[in-house]
Amino acid sequence: MKNWRQPSVLPGFGLTLGYTLLYLTLIILVPLAALVWRSTGIGWGPFWALAFDQRTLLALRVSFGAALIAAAINVIFGVVVAWVLVRYQFPGRRLLDAIIDLPFALPTAVAGISLAALYAPKGWVGQIFAPLGIKIAFTPLGIVIALIFVGLPFVVRTVQPVMAELDRELEEAAATLGANRLQTLSMVVLPTLVPAILTGFALAFARAVGEYGSVIFIAGNVPYVSEIAPLLIVIRLEEFNYAGATSIACIMLIISFVMLLVINMLQMWSRRRYSNV
Amino acid sequence: MSETASRYRDPAGETAFWRVILTLIAVAFLGIVVVLPLVTVFYEAFRKGSDAFFEAFQEPDAIAAIRLTLTVAAIAVPLNLVFGVAAAWAVAKFEFRGKTFLVTLIDLPFSISPVISGLVYVLLFGAQSYLGPILKSQGIQIIFALPGMVLATIFVTFPFIARELIPLMEEQGTGDEEAALSLGASGWQTFWYVTLPNVKWGLLYGVLLCNARAMGEFGAVSVVSGHVRGLTETMPLHIEILYNEYNFAAAFAVATLLALLALVTLALKTILELRYGDEIAAGRKH
Repeated sequence: MKNWRQPSVLPGFGLTLGYTLLYLTLIILVPLAALVWRSTGIGWGPFWALAFDQRTLLALRVSFGAALIAAAINVIFGVVVAWVLVRYQFPGRRLLDAIIDLPFALPTAVAGISLAALYAPKGWVGQIFAPLGIKIAFTPLGIVIALIFVGLPFVVRTVQPVMAELDRELEEAAATLGANRLQTLSMVVLPTLVPAILTGFALAFARAVGEYGSVIFIAGNVPYVSEIAPLLIVIRLEEFNYAGATSIACIMLIISFVMLLVINMLQMWSRRRYSNV
Repeated sequence: MSETASRYRDPAGETAFWRVILTLIAVAFLGIVVVLPLVTVFYEAFRKGSDAFFEAFQEPDAIAAIRLTLTVAAIAVPLNLVFGVAAAWAVAKFEFRGKTFLVTLIDLPFSISPVISGLVYVLLFGAQSYLGPILKSQGIQIIFALPGMVLATIFVTFPFIARELIPLMEEQGTGDEEAALSLGASGWQTFWYVTLPNVKWGLLYGVLLCNARAMGEFGAVSVVSGHVRGLTETMPLHIEILYNEYNFAAAFAVATLLALLALVTLALKTILELRYGDEIAAGRKH
């Protein structure tokens, strides 16, 4: 049993690992266990009834559907943004690069009220679309907008370092062999970026699914239509319906764990496949 | 710039036309998605004039919210700092079985909805829980009070500092520490005079991000707060109340403070990256 760790001359292993495990257990694991334990107290029958309640299912569909669309849009534009930032030189590039992280730093409630003001029928963007009969704020479309804001840095910051490491000689070789630029980009450059793009997509998606603050102000929160799953948890809690809140939380947690697993596998796969690059 | 200016066209690059198009797409996208919301915060805050703006900060509830936000962050960030350093020391400087699993567990809060992060504490300490009545008989209140809000904030910002330090300390290896120890330094001296100076910029970077999130956290804190005006309202929660009362000028006025915090965080972060990029660790991930 002694050889579960390699010997080292450095001190403090027991102390730091012990503290890490204690803190992790108290702050993260015990509370999560309480959630799982409480959900087992509900019983299978009522749990399924709560989990497959029409309103819950639709809320989950709104959360996952909007997150999926937002992550897909972020992948398309995020890759373009990352490419422009890595490959091109133009005035203001540094500033543009710095501002990518704003969604990380800006509190979600601030983003939420700002987006709601911007996309409301009288807002700067909303009034452009209002005459066309397109309502953005207070509809599911508004949720997608908020989730694009929240997820953008995940895609750009995952793809950017991989792009910076790209071997340009490969592109030159493709060009000398007669490939035009589009062929080089789609058949030489893009395949090497696929793992990073998938990881960025998964990270943006995972974050968007659980997002609350930036969404609730712009969503309109109409039950069955534009109500996200985290909001339904809050509503159930306010109704003192703890079983209802717990069952939704459990489903979301299970899906999050699967997502985390997928992200880790993607990263392992990309490391194995492209470690020689 | 010189590349585009020269007449020679790089065969492994896009034509000038496509460069311009792609750059415009990127600038337009970032302008609409990121810059516009930021500008809106300041525009809405000053739309009713600067009097309305400054009035928002005269209100006792606003002052209480600012104070509570600072208090919560002042407790949560140092606790996560100590944890982050301890976890990074154990994970980065030693080889042991189950390490990958431990790192996955540390990352866990990143993939959990903030609402669930608050909910778990309600289930653990709330009035309906097994602990709730016991705590109540002892006169201890956790949910709908400061301890619950601090716990929820710690949960949400849990991985930030550890996540920053682990790859950095892994990259630096154990050579410096071994040298210090062989020269007779004690464990604490080694940590204090060798390891800490090596990671100080990465540490500061992690603290910055952790603090920004701690002060701005909304969902998790909202669930455990109970929304008692002037008592359990942080700035983001205060913004929500004002907004729902249609007091937009005041809501955006308080929001400008948080937006300024975000901008200062971004500026410091960028300076750290430009000046000490190598010392903050490559392959950083949020």
